[in-house]
Amino acid sequence: MSSVSTAATNESADVPPDGPSGERPDQRRLRPGQGWARFLREHGVYVALGLLVLYNVLFTAHFNNVATIQLLFAQLPPVLLVSLGMAMVIGTGGIDLSVGATMAIASAVMAKLVAPASANGLAQPIFLAITLGIGAGLVVGVFNGVVVAVAKVQPIVATLSLLVAGRGIALVITGGALVELFVPFLKVIRQGQLFGIPYVMWVAAILTVAVAVVVRRTTFGYRLVAIGGNLRASVLAGIPVRRTLITVYAISGVLAAIAGEIATARLRASDPSYIGLLVELAAITAVVVGGTPLSGGRVRIVGTVAGVVLMQMLATTLVAHNIPNSVSQIVEGVIIVAAVYIQRVARSSA
Amino acid sequence: MTAVPTVPPTVPPTGQPVHLIPAAEHGSSARAARARALTSLISRNGAVAVLILVMIVGSATVPTFGTADNLRNTALAASFLAIIAAGMTFVIISGGIDLSVGSVYALAVILSAEMSKYGSVAAIVVPILACVLVGLVQGFVIARLGLPPFIVTLAGLTGIRGLVFFITNEGNDHPSVPGSQFFETLGTGSLLTIGNPVWITLIVFAVGWWVLNRTAFGQAVQAVGGNDTAAGLMGLPVRRVKMTVYAISGFTVGVSGVLSTALSGGGQEARVGNAYELSAIAAVVIGGTLLAGGVGSIVGTLAGITLLYVIQNLIVQGFNLNSYVQQVVSGFFLLIVVVLQAVLSRRSASG
Repeated sequence: MSSVSTAATNESADVPPDGPSGERPDQRRLRPGQGWARFLREHGVYVALGLLVLYNVLFTAHFNNVATIQLLFAQLPPVLLVSLGMAMVIGTGGIDLSVGATMAIASAVMAKLVAPASANGLAQPIFLAITLGIGAGLVVGVFNGVVVAVAKVQPIVATLSLLVAGRGIALVITGGALVELFVPFLKVIRQGQLFGIPYVMWVAAILTVAVAVVVRRTTFGYRLVAIGGNLRASVLAGIPVRRTLITVYAISGVLAAIAGEIATARLRASDPSYIGLLVELAAITAVVVGGTPLSGGRVRIVGTVAGVVLMQMLATTLVAHNIPNSVSQIVEGVIIVAAVYIQRVARSSA
Repeated sequence: MTAVPTVPPTVPPTGQPVHLIPAAEHGSSARAARARALTSLISRNGAVAVLILVMIVGSATVPTFGTADNLRNTALAASFLAIIAAGMTFVIISGGIDLSVGSVYALAVILSAEMSKYGSVAAIVVPILACVLVGLVQGFVIARLGLPPFIVTLAGLTGIRGLVFFITNEGNDHPSVPGSQFFETLGTGSLLTIGNPVWITLIVFAVGWWVLNRTAFGQAVQAVGGNDTAAGLMGLPVRRVKMTVYAISGFTVGVSGVLSTALSGGGQEARVGNAYELSAIAAVVIGGTLLAGGVGSIVGTLAGITLLYVIQNLIVQGFNLNSYVQQVVSGFFLLIVVVLQAVLSRRSASG
């Protein structure tokens, strides 16, 4: 947070003051490793992903077959969708800790509606249940957005309160129990494929493209990045800050709700105490590893996708090599710090 | 042409005192000043006031709440997170955040139980040293390498939890304290019928208050949190202060973990302390410490954590509601507090 600015100031004190013409050739020598540092900052996640794939192809048994890829595709979508929303929120300089709880709420709403009366449900059609589950995510997202944009509470605390309360709400909806779901359509979500690729992966891919278009090609996308870059300047420039922020959190809520419903379909049940647990950490990790700075002002969609794939594949690789889960968690922690460190080194010397 | 009026000197001659305009006692500026003072009083002591109010209402409406036994047990239950929140207060006032406390707490709990077979001293010293070391490493990465505290301690949350699972054979071991050791009296013993952890909590907060408000280091922490560039220009050792606050957080988490093992006699799971960081941050924020840093109250933190536990206790005792309704109430309580804080502080800033 604020420590970055100090370090940057200290760093720049070591460098002679820039002339108005900018970079001089003799100055370039004073900043060692600028070439590779800049390259790593921009492309580090792809390099890491490439190396990991190469390693797996060479050394991991049963890696290069269709089943492994399909398993990866089946595991990715929930985290990917949540990470896309998280990337947008982080782009505005905020953070959304409530995504896991939102997944649980969407799952609980869907289960409550679709479950038969014998299981304390409302026996409604599945499509209505899915729609209202997504609607619940929208409500949570708008609520977050209003607390952040109108009440001007810091995003981390605003969404922290829903992280705590949201899972409680989901448990209240299902009565604290796991609700098993025997709906044919959920089997379609779980197993259906088009051109050998699961439906859920198609959904994730389409939504990824949609988010990328929104961020890169629409006024809304520019406003989002502007707010993250400089909030006060955005206000002065007449950007509708409140509306934009509320929309961003709403999108994050909707994406989390879809992720929650996909996770429910995979689990064949709604388990509010398990669905989406710790997904906020996985999503923040993927976004940060993908090169989106936590300080906002920049959203990297492709980098986020690569970050999700990288972290997922890393876990799979470690499991395939019989590395215990505890060690892979330690490795994950080291990777988070290393990824951000590389970006910082690059930023201060670029 | 000579009609240029002589400009009266705006700067008073040297030696003459500069007259300050006395504060108005009536009118809009006075109202604003009073509102500002009231707001600052509320945001600094709001948690204490609400706590007293909730205690009075609770004792009056819920007969089992005000009993000595219930209050004693609630205080004992709250003491572990309270000690953690004391360290968290330092980190947050310095402008940082420590998400790793839940995992580091688990490290202390497990290490204390593992080390107890080498005696009481090892069971106390080794876990606390390990936690201070974790804090120092995180502080080093944050202060020296300039990485955001949120990310570094998020990595700590993940990595240290992994380490705890590694030590406990993927969570299958539940190390317990062999026989009865001297250090267990720290957790199980009591003085004047109040459990030792409660007394230790009070000592931690008393020392914490003194360090924060009465020492140069405490002032430096507040200055760094207010504006670290300005603090650096004033000649404060910004990096050292930042490293130290994470070490303090590690220390308090270590003390809390050792006490927990001392009370339980070990046998706790590797996932112990999960989500403690959220409760600790919530308590600090409810206590009136701004997440932005620079402003905070350690007494408020004590009131904040007590408030969280008292409300939970009242829900269980008075309304007989289950744990997930407690979660909902705790979450929305936190939300109301932070919204009020935001609104009040904005009003005082614009007033």
